[in-house]
Amino acid sequence: MSHQPPDHEHDHQHGKDPLCLEIFARLSEYLDGELAAEDCAGIEAHIADCPPCVEFVKQLRGSIEASHHFRVPGQPAPVDAELRERLSQAWSEALARKHQDAQQD
Amino acid sequence: MAGDASAFEPFVQSFQAKIFQYTWLTCGQREDAEEVAQETLLKVFESFDQLREPEHVRAWVFRIAKNYCLMKRRRSVYAPEREYSLDELLPSFDGERSLQIPDESEVPEDALLRGELNARIETAIRELPEIYRSVVLLRDVEELSTSDTAGILNVSEDVVKQRLHRGRLALRKALASYVEAK
Ligand SMILES: [Zn+2]
Repeated sequence: MSHQPPDHEHDHQHGKDPLCLEIFARLSEYLDGELAAEDCAGIEAHIADCPPCVEFVKQLRGSIEASHHFRVPGQPAPVDAELRERLSQAWSEALARKHQDAQQD
Repeated sequence: MAGDASAFEPFVQSFQAKIFQYTWLTCGQREDAEEVAQETLLKVFESFDQLREPEHVRAWVFRIAKNYCLMKRRRSVYAPEREYSLDELLPSFDGERSLQIPDESEVPEDALLRGELNARIETAIRELPEIYRSVVLLRDVEELSTSDTAGILNVSEDVVKQRLHRGRLALRKALASYVEAK
């Protein structure tokens, strides 16, 4: 690809180009793989040539990843003896009901 | 899952942790989160024979947790109920510095950095209005499907997608301004 001189007339205004805005609106669907192949291709063709969009995709993907990796700080209080007893009781009763249902079927 | 008695202990362990993570981000206060997690756990054990689709067990558990969280809701600790417009969430790249959080390939090794990122995302998620937080929590933190999430929240899949996108945009913005403020 030959180097092109800057085209000020069509320069993106810091991601405020209508096409950029349209892409921003659909980025989650794009990142989640929910768009049709042709829509993806259109977005990728635009992004390839648009630094604000590249930056935005990177940021959005980064924050989604941070959510994926989130882990609650610290552990919940351990299940105490009383609750454990109630859980165990409930579990046995539910098992018994399940068994009964299976026999009636 | 609910085959026999030997499943009891592993089931307690794995679901206690999962449920607590959900209630922690939803309830706002630690004691509420603990209490709701225990109520949920008990309800799950009392009614697991009613679970019809074992492959959707997590969705079933989170639906129970959601209902207990709603009962426990203390309005004062919640972010204000409001809806975002797309416009307010779009970037203004002029003044905004780049978001320096790692992408998937470079999750920080350093425990401190990891902890800081975790704390940042936690604050940002907690500050989301509830309608967005619940979707981000189920879709992005718990990584449930759009359809499971729609079922838990009783909304359409399109609503889930729209709220997820706005919630993500708000998180991106919150993380970006955090970096800027530092
Ligand atoms: Zn663009």
